[in-house]
Amino acid sequence: MAAEERLRRTMMFVPGNNPAMIKDAGIFGADSIMFDLEDAVSLAEKDAARYLIYEALQTVDYGDAELVVRINGLDTPFYQNDIKAMVKAGIDVIRLPKVESAEMIHTLETLVAEAEQTFGREIGTTHLMAAIESARGVVNANEIAQASDRMIGIALSAEDYTTDMKTHRYPDGQELLYARNVILHAARAAGIAAFDTVFTDLNDEAGFYRETELIHQLGFDGKSLINPRQIDMVNQVYQPTQKEILTAQNVIAAIEAARQKGSGVIAMNGQMVDRPVVLRAERVMRLAKANHLVDSEGNYIEK
Amino acid sequence: MEIKQTAIAGTLESSDVQIMLSQSHDGVTFDLVSDVAKQFDDAIKATITQVLAAYDVHNVLVKVVDKGALDMVIRARAITAVQRALDLADEPNWEVL
Amino acid sequence: MKNKVARDIPDDILAATQRQVFNGVDYGHPVTQRVAPKVRATTGGDKIVASIDEVVTKTVADGMTISFHHHFREGDYVFNQVMRSIIDHGYQNLTLAPSSLTNVMNDIVVEAIQKGVVTNITSSGMRGTLGDAVSHGLLAQPVIFRSHGNRARAIEHGEIKIDVAFLGVPNADDMGNANGMDGDAAFGSLGYALIDAQYADTLVLITDTMKPYPNTPASIKQTQVDYIVKVDAVGDPEKIGSGATRFTKDPKELKIAKTVNDVIVNSAYFKDGFSFQTGSGGAALAVTRFLRQAMLDHQIKASFALGGITKPTIDLLNEGLVARVMDVQDFDKGAAASMKGNRDQQEIDASWYADPANKGAMVDKLDVAILSALEVDTHFNVNVMSGSDGIIRGAIGGHQDAAMAKLTIISAPLVRGRIATIVPDVTTVITPGDAIDVVVTEVGIAINPKRHDLIDQLSNVPGLPVYTIEALQQKAEAIVGKPKPLAFTDRVVALAEYRDGTLIDVIKAVKD
Repeated sequence: MAAEERLRRTMMFVPGNNPAMIKDAGIFGADSIMFDLEDAVSLAEKDAARYLIYEALQTVDYGDAELVVRINGLDTPFYQNDIKAMVKAGIDVIRLPKVESAEMIHTLETLVAEAEQTFGREIGTTHLMAAIESARGVVNANEIAQASDRMIGIALSAEDYTTDMKTHRYPDGQELLYARNVILHAARAAGIAAFDTVFTDLNDEAGFYRETELIHQLGFDGKSLINPRQIDMVNQVYQPTQKEILTAQNVIAAIEAARQKGSGVIAMNGQMVDRPVVLRAERVMRLAKANHLVDSEGNYIEK
Repeated sequence: MEIKQTAIAGTLESSDVQIMLSQSHDGVTFDLVSDVAKQFDDAIKATITQVLAAYDVHNVLVKVVDKGALDMVIRARAITAVQRALDLADEPNWEVL
Repeated sequence: MKNKVARDIPDDILAATQRQVFNGVDYGHPVTQRVAPKVRATTGGDKIVASIDEVVTKTVADGMTISFHHHFREGDYVFNQVMRSIIDHGYQNLTLAPSSLTNVMNDIVVEAIQKGVVTNITSSGMRGTLGDAVSHGLLAQPVIFRSHGNRARAIEHGEIKIDVAFLGVPNADDMGNANGMDGDAAFGSLGYALIDAQYADTLVLITDTMKPYPNTPASIKQTQVDYIVKVDAVGDPEKIGSGATRFTKDPKELKIAKTVNDVIVNSAYFKDGFSFQTGSGGAALAVTRFLRQAMLDHQIKASFALGGITKPTIDLLNEGLVARVMDVQDFDKGAAASMKGNRDQQEIDASWYADPANKGAMVDKLDVAILSALEVDTHFNVNVMSGSDGIIRGAIGGHQDAAMAKLTIISAPLVRGRIATIVPDVTTVITPGDAIDVVVTEVGIAINPKRHDLIDQLSNVPGLPVYTIEALQQKAEAIVGKPKPLAFTDRVVALAEYRDGTLIDVIKAVKD
């Protein structure tokens, strides 16, 4: 699977035809920036947005952020040219909306591979992700998540999903409990990332924190966001505690000690350290670094 | 190539540029209004002229209302306008991109 | 002749104005002689005058210097009423010496210049149609721009000799005791006007609210006042200050404000008893909010906040996080309204605030100042006066003065639209780079290389990217491209003084 270990706490939506927002999208520290050619762009401006994102990807410095584009769906006349233009532009990830089957990902993969061939891009370097927006998508989440080596993640898109389920969104999120767990398990089984849906009420900070804490507890990698102001809030929820960091540092030190001794067994306080503990420690340290809680050498910074 | 129809691309929002192309018989002529004309009028015209040349368009009236757009935005809007004026809106010219 | 910031000040200008070129930020300890105003003795029976027309004909003569304050900002009714009368009476060759000029004054100043009524101007700044007209050469004599502290110095030393000061006040009694705190058009501190009250030969108060004698607290005292005119209204309360203070929701401004806060908190100046000045504007208010949280988190309290005051600063005072507010003007209703009942919110005059030539100004005790900029160059010089098109559209305000702080932070976006803020050379130098310590943008900060201590304190703060100022300039240029240089004529239309009265730059007429 193509999911190299990187933080994907925040995936910020940027409307595809808005020059001011496209210009500044890189300065807010989002882990991923998702340019939207789909719902954020009116039918009459699909061409304009495609060229604008294309040019932005050629010229704007977005730093270390992972660059994602949400293309128009398979059933639209914009689908094929969106793929070609974005592959030519060198996008990191193509996000396909309304995915309901592995076959949709296979179709996309074929077109992406053709475009890579046409435009001289190394085959396999364009990654894919799927947005699950319907009951069928949830039911087929496993096959979708495992449909391609190019897949890096799957995302829940709750607006369409709740409509499909004949409900709507509630503050406590009970209506999404099944879908969230299915998508999360599908992602983990496939070894790819799981992204939670957007939270649209910018004035309800308490609600945003409640939802983010829930998906953090469940195990999601992160969340799709509609405003840069939400980035710091998500990062705060994902920030490890001082205790977690100190434990992780001890594990890392034990790994180093074992390496120096040439020993294959990692021991800490006389106990063997299992592989999951090592993985968790590594993830805690990545989060600590991203939240500026440790310095470049990994030492905890007293606040 | 000859302009088939008057076409417009872009908005009057800050950091955007609106470019309108219409038929003409005496070369490429500009009607340019920009918040940053003093510093960038030549650069704006050069970018648009370059796009027009790539599409082999040599007779056109170009009306530009610029709201401080970056060069990449001007280029994108110029491409969009030309594609629309040549009635190629959803058939991108991959050589130009 | 080139000055210390490498600006060429034409020799004929130096000769005509008898000025020195700017030669450094250090004022030293020169001994100077102040001037004193003329005083016409009265027991008060003749102070109330029926109309502005009557007081103008009583007090004004051709060639005089007249002054106003700008505490009513865009809600000022006094300036236009007085200038209308002066123009209609046909006076000529006046020097206009207000503390600053706001947009609401523009049209009548342009008319006064066109009719020869006003032939010289000194001000903190100007904008809009007036700035545009001056930049196109409307006024034969160059405008002189002075900071608030420098204006106080120039008045004390007789470089600005005020013949008649027309000061609008929201209340006064029949002897002239007045303050800025009561009345429909209350604006709080009278800071800038107090200098005019002290040094003008003739002082005219214009008010819409008469108070019983004696009116206290008296910021302007009866001993200073010659005449009082009652009018229907001195100002529009809705336009004097912004209403309820709104924190910015602009994510870029918030990012800059948060970074400014990171700079302050990680500097050695952030300790109990520190002092600061933040100014107004969305980003400045957001800094105040972040700073409040940092002060709570670190259990640190400030000894004073200085300068132009906003409601969020008053909130810090009321919360006990700031011990004193030293208030030269109030930017919003909340700050203006609180002065009356709060003895820890001290009204200070422009000299106390910022004059370099007195026996100690508040800015000399200031630890941290957060200031804005239209442009900053790779020498850290700051322009707050001329726009990207070369046209005058700004004001020095207290910029040069507050930059005397031990940690002066410029907070500005890297680019605005297609205009770079960090440039190789600013269009007009207003505050010299030697007074600037850190520049904060949305992508990171630059530290003045002379400040080794700050480089040590700020270089290894996680999440605080430090660049050279040259690198920031190149980042800006990579985004917007390289602009064509602006074209100016040789005609000098304005002089920018440094706070000590030397010339730091000249502004030339634009070539259109």
